[in-house]
Amino acid sequence: MVAQPKIGDYGAIGDGRSVGLISSDGSLDWLCWPRFDSPAVFARLLDAKHGGCWRIGPLGLFTCSRRYIEHTNVLETRFTTADGQAVLADFMPVGALPGSLQAEQELIRRLLCTAGTCRIQVIFEPRPGFATQALRLKDRGRLGVCFQAGSQLFSLRSEAPFSIDASGRVHCDFAIHAGEAINFSLILAQEGPAVYPPLGDNARTRMDATVGWWRQWAGRCRYEGPFREAVVRSALVLKLLSFAPSGAIIAAPTTSLPERIGGDLNWDYRYCWLRDAAFTTRALLGLGYEDEAQAFVSWLLHATRLTRPKLRVLYDVYGCQTLPEKVLPHLPGYADSRPVRVGNLASQQLQLDVYGELIEAVRYLAERGNRLDRDACSMLRQAGEFVCRHWQEPDHGIWEVRPQPKHFTHSRLMCWTALDRLIRLHADGKLPRIPSERFAAVRDRIRADIEQFGWNSGVASYTQTLGGSSLDAALLFMPLYGFEEPAADRMRQTAKRIEERLCAGEGLLYRYEESRTMGEGAFGICAFWLADYLARLGEVHRSAGLLHSILRYANDLGLFAEEIDPNTGDALGNFPQAYTHVGLINAALSLVESERGAVEPSRNDRLTATTGVP
Amino acid sequence: MNLLSWMVWGFAGTVVLTTLMAGSQGAGMTRMNIPFLLGTIFTPDRDRAKPIGVVVHLINGWLFSLIYVAAFHTVEDASVVFGMAIGAIHALFVLAVGMPLLPAIHPRMATEQQGPTAVRQLEPPGFLALHYGVQTPISVFLAHLVFGAILGGFYELPQ
Repeated sequence: MVAQPKIGDYGAIGDGRSVGLISSDGSLDWLCWPRFDSPAVFARLLDAKHGGCWRIGPLGLFTCSRRYIEHTNVLETRFTTADGQAVLADFMPVGALPGSLQAEQELIRRLLCTAGTCRIQVIFEPRPGFATQALRLKDRGRLGVCFQAGSQLFSLRSEAPFSIDASGRVHCDFAIHAGEAINFSLILAQEGPAVYPPLGDNARTRMDATVGWWRQWAGRCRYEGPFREAVVRSALVLKLLSFAPSGAIIAAPTTSLPERIGGDLNWDYRYCWLRDAAFTTRALLGLGYEDEAQAFVSWLLHATRLTRPKLRVLYDVYGCQTLPEKVLPHLPGYADSRPVRVGNLASQQLQLDVYGELIEAVRYLAERGNRLDRDACSMLRQAGEFVCRHWQEPDHGIWEVRPQPKHFTHSRLMCWTALDRLIRLHADGKLPRIPSERFAAVRDRIRADIEQFGWNSGVASYTQTLGGSSLDAALLFMPLYGFEEPAADRMRQTAKRIEERLCAGEGLLYRYEESRTMGEGAFGICAFWLADYLARLGEVHRSAGLLHSILRYANDLGLFAEEIDPNTGDALGNFPQAYTHVGLINAALSLVESERGAVEPSRNDRLTATTGVP
Repeated sequence: MNLLSWMVWGFAGTVVLTTLMAGSQGAGMTRMNIPFLLGTIFTPDRDRAKPIGVVVHLINGWLFSLIYVAAFHTVEDASVVFGMAIGAIHALFVLAVGMPLLPAIHPRMATEQQGPTAVRQLEPPGFLALHYGVQTPISVFLAHLVFGAILGGFYELPQ
């Protein structure tokens, strides 16, 4: 087995349509173009030998460090050798320069020697189509080295001279002296003739424009609190994972990074999960990103149009719900963790919680004064009717448990939330013509069901499934949605049991009890949920302490994967993960709100919502 | 000359040709995007270039159809086969002469000899526009055959 960098060793860059992952020693090991869920052009992440990569780094011994240029998604890797120092800036240009053509997509790697002299080696080894397509590199002289993959043209240019070797790699060795800069530009053309943006000073100008664009965006973040740096980085991750043309936000830009090294818990996360809807909308609105929240909710309403009233668990960035799952047997996977999957079978599962998530996301926006148009109102009514018809059915739950559906308490909670929020919207005059009395009656039946069967007095906790005895970190949602007061006895006991039985080490939680036997890691977002709960409970010091503990598990750039290995602290699963960063943002927001005494929903809200039809 | 017939079928032929070219581009046969190429003569803005290019291309096609009509009148024959023959010559001319000339007349097109500059950044088409994909000549050829067939088949010579 060829050694691979750790998952947390990567940094991410992107342009609102795709993301590239770059290791700490300057190797671009993952890039799917033109969009997040396209086949990979570089996939060393999943095949260390043959997946393809693009490495830029010093020859011989060197040390390296890296950082994001402050409040941007421009990654800087600093190489130090015995004879000099060079800084590699990696970015995908965003923000058009006036009066100049723009490539459909471009990735720039700009190497600047800051001291002495460095001998640099560049190896460019693309393997399009997840390393399945034949590669024919062509030297087009001043137009660079290009290759075709289907109808796509990729072209690499630089001021440094290239050579193509027999094994289909572009090589480049050169010395760079203090003050000199060498640029590398990879472009994609698919829709029309390629556009070759100039290198030299123009590349520097475009880097400045990109830095300016990201800083301006990050500067809109309204959060002012003790975790500002982590929150701004998380917001930048969310923006990185947003698909600009549609407003969709994907879960992660990778597929099949394992939740258990060497195991088979490997899934494709390059899609958009509805279960993240409300939480994501809350995070965006809480940070002041109203436009992004609106775009996201508009995408939710648009994407779900074809499947209404039934909602799928996940959609692609344009709302396509057919995402057949297949295995790529030629790829050995990260650290020999087979199989590598593309597509996701969860798209065909029934998850009743998504109705509550979607409705809550819409409500967040409506509360801010956004008017619900006729189509949105119609969708909300249909969703309410669907919940009334199906809430008693078993489903696959928030964790997409395979294969048998169960009666998950969390799914019931979200069905309750769905109807509760529809009734609230109706009471506020924002959603006309709903059968509010019937919705209220069903909502109250769901509450009774949860209180009777979701609570296990033997365990002294709400449980993962109705009538069950095991725990689930998702139960921490109960106060967030106003089903229980944070300080209610049942909620306190549930949180206590969760801390006891799902604890995975300092500041970490498993998502459910089976996680231990499955050998998966601690779930990043669950720890943030606990911090969020503690903030709502008013235990701000414990909440802040927990947040500090969890933040230690981020990588050096502040990025989180889906899971954390409780033994080593290493990142596990797809990376970077939007949901974990959304959890971080919401916990930080709740903490600030708690300190101001303004965490929602308040007790009065809950009482109004649970005492029948307003 | 039958003015109305030329206007109607010249326009229809151009619409079909443009659609076929866009279709073959969407199907992954070629990256040749005539509206984009024409539009970028006037603006570097990718989004504005396309609609401008569509309008320019429609006008171009209309004007080019005048040459077809002139040929029909010269030989006093307007038929599908004759129209396709002119279309074939037209396509060959575009591919073999027009495209290689483009870098010399397009203000934003790079040349292979000098490479891209701050202004000239567009990929040149190369011989037979093969830089835009190896199937480009086929799609251009087929689109022009259909263009000629429509004009030859539907243009009515005055009695």
